[in-house]
Amino acid sequence: MSGNGDILRVDGLTMRFGGIIAVNELSFAAERGKITALIGPNGAGKTTVFNCITGFYRPSAGEISLTHPGGESFRLDKLNDFRITKIAKVARTFQNIRLFAGMTALENLMVAQHNKLMLASGLTFLGLIGAPSWRAAEKQAIERATFWLERIGLKDRADDAAGNLPYGDQRRLEIARAMCTDPVLLCLDEPAAGLNARESAALSELLLSIRDDHATSVLLIEHDMSVVMEISDAIVVLDYGVKIAEGTPQQIRDDQRVIAAYLGVEDEEVEAVEQELGL
Amino acid sequence: MAKIAHAAAATAAKPGVDVGFIFKKALISALVALVLFSLMIGVRTEAGPEGQLIYWTRFGDLAGMVGAVFVGSIVVELLRRWWGPVDTPRLMPEGARKTLSVAGRAVAPILLIFTILVPVIFYDQRYILDLGILVLTYVMLGWGLNIVVGLAGLLDLGYVAFYAVGAYSYALLATNFGLSFWICLPLAGILAAFWGVLLGFPVLRLRGDYLAIVTLAFGEIIRLVIINWQSLTGGPNGISGIPRPTLFGIPLVAGENGLAAKLGIAFSPSQRLVFLFYLILALALLTNWATIRLRRLPIGRAWEALREDEVACRALGINTTTTKLTAFATGAMFGGFAGAFFATRQGFISPESFTFQESALVLAIVVLGGMGSQLGVALAALTLIGGFELFRGLDQFRMLVFGLSMVLLMVWRPRGLIGHRAPTVFLERNQAISSDLVKEGHG
Ligand SMILES: Nc1ncnc2c1ncn2[C@@H]1O[C@H](COP(=O)(O)OP(=O)(O)OP(=O)(O)O)[C@@H](O)[C@H]1O
Ligand SMILES: [Mg+2]
Repeated sequence: MSGNGDILRVDGLTMRFGGIIAVNELSFAAERGKITALIGPNGAGKTTVFNCITGFYRPSAGEISLTHPGGESFRLDKLNDFRITKIAKVARTFQNIRLFAGMTALENLMVAQHNKLMLASGLTFLGLIGAPSWRAAEKQAIERATFWLERIGLKDRADDAAGNLPYGDQRRLEIARAMCTDPVLLCLDEPAAGLNARESAALSELLLSIRDDHATSVLLIEHDMSVVMEISDAIVVLDYGVKIAEGTPQQIRDDQRVIAAYLGVEDEEVEAVEQELGL
Repeated sequence: MAKIAHAAAATAAKPGVDVGFIFKKALISALVALVLFSLMIGVRTEAGPEGQLIYWTRFGDLAGMVGAVFVGSIVVELLRRWWGPVDTPRLMPEGARKTLSVAGRAVAPILLIFTILVPVIFYDQRYILDLGILVLTYVMLGWGLNIVVGLAGLLDLGYVAFYAVGAYSYALLATNFGLSFWICLPLAGILAAFWGVLLGFPVLRLRGDYLAIVTLAFGEIIRLVIINWQSLTGGPNGISGIPRPTLFGIPLVAGENGLAAKLGIAFSPSQRLVFLFYLILALALLTNWATIRLRRLPIGRAWEALREDEVACRALGINTTTTKLTAFATGAMFGGFAGAFFATRQGFISPESFTFQESALVLAIVVLGGMGSQLGVALAALTLIGGFELFRGLDQFRMLVFGLSMVLLMVWRPRGLIGHRAPTVFLERNQAISSDLVKEGHG
């Protein structure tokens, strides 16, 4: 593994909701150009971590910093939500798909290129008079959208409403939409949920290609262990908001605490297992 | 309103007549009516000769009203089952649908050509021309508000405020500084847009009902300021003697400086009406053109995306606050244009012209038209304003008939006259998107 450096560092991240501590003193790093998986049982706090990284929640404590390939660094815990995508170039998808259902697949991908197009349209004024520079930029944006539609096998459904697409297609369209924002870090919240085996395989292939061909690091929440084990370079395991393990897929597979957490053993038994492991 | 009707229609779409459901619903409606009307109708109060309160009960009328609501609710529910929402393609054969869609595409051009010809056909009929100007004013207001409500999904109940700002801007600038209409028109738009931004800053953090309430209040505040700032606005007396518009400096009057004399034709009062007609038509078409154009630009797409899902917008790096503000300001600007036109057409304005009723009417036009549809809004303005005139003979029952026809229309077409959405960009097929998928926005 080459020393690319870390793209994302999370330090002592804590998120409280009233009395609930959803994430507790979490620290981990995601390496540039790698797929890092965040796994854990239901309610472990994975989505909460994503919401902190992408600015939907402001962390109760802790630091989140992102470093661009050029060396520029951003404190995500201090940036506003939309700036995290616009300036820091972090894109995300949602656990419960959030496409613009009443807009076509193509329109969804055009909206994702908003900031770039907004500049090209001279903050709308050049666009209103139909300036050639705007036309060219729009054409380019459509080409880019078409590229991604082709990439996810949805080109012939480009003009269908996103809400009319089958579930699996919607999941992939949401990933394509996130990619259209030109991210350096792509955060995917359970992209394989509800997919069949064939679709999961296609998804794995898509994510690997995003990592390798588009120079985008991936942070992945996933319950489908076949996908996680197959494509992740590193895995972080959360349980009750605490990191319980971290390592390569092979290390995680053999980790006793992870197995205990995943077997869904009763609380007392977890304590027993923890004592056994000397914690 | 559309939301409720739509939800109800969705349940109604299930096959089979559910007697229990209909009965229960009618019972609930009757109960609500009983609570509402028990004080409004059941007890009649009046001031007695010595200023004391005298009252008597009218339980018979109350019973009649509640009974009417009960029966009416059953009738409406049955009608809904018969008609259903007509968008569903279930009954329509392919051929009929094609013919209908071709006919649908022809409606807009035919309507436009007819509108352009109206002053030619009805040259001597002042009443028709006046009505035409009124309808076009509301078409323009509807199109303006459509940007805010239909595209961006922000429920604005105080649109009349911007109409008022536009009207008073023109009136004050023209009477105090003698500026011409053509200079004041853009100024009125800019001032209205400025107020839109000013209002937008604090309120756009609010969502849904809260936004609606605050905009409603804003509309009232503007009106109250106009009433009370006597030294500037003339208070309840309004402003009179507002200059009529000129054709680039040439007034449309009878004297030798007038347009008729310059063109060497006989003067007729209709000429000014015809001029006003084409003026508001041009303004309305400008609004329409801008809206169509904006929808295809990133800003317009962001407005619609905002209506669909605000959270997803933020996740795509879209600054939702400025996006909402631009929608608000753009809508307000066209409201301001319309206001300036209103002032120059009337020659006199007073706060009475800018009540909540105007906001409600314009909003009704947008909802009835099918939120976001340009043609729908135009048709709705024609139906509503034209309908108002048609029912004029019915005197005090006018509002009743009007309300009833609105209810029936919403039952028949819960998503408005034109419910589907046209995509702003396409690769191969330019196909409309069914109204079931398009969201109405919630803030
Ligand atoms: N906005 C919120 N307010 C209150 N509690 C919250 C909020 N968001 C999350 N939580 C709580 O935080 C905990 C972690 O939730 P989270 O959604 O992050 O879990 P998760 O790991 O994504 O689970 P899943 O695999 O089911 O998606 C849960 O107990 C949840 O109830
Ligand atoms: Mg989750």
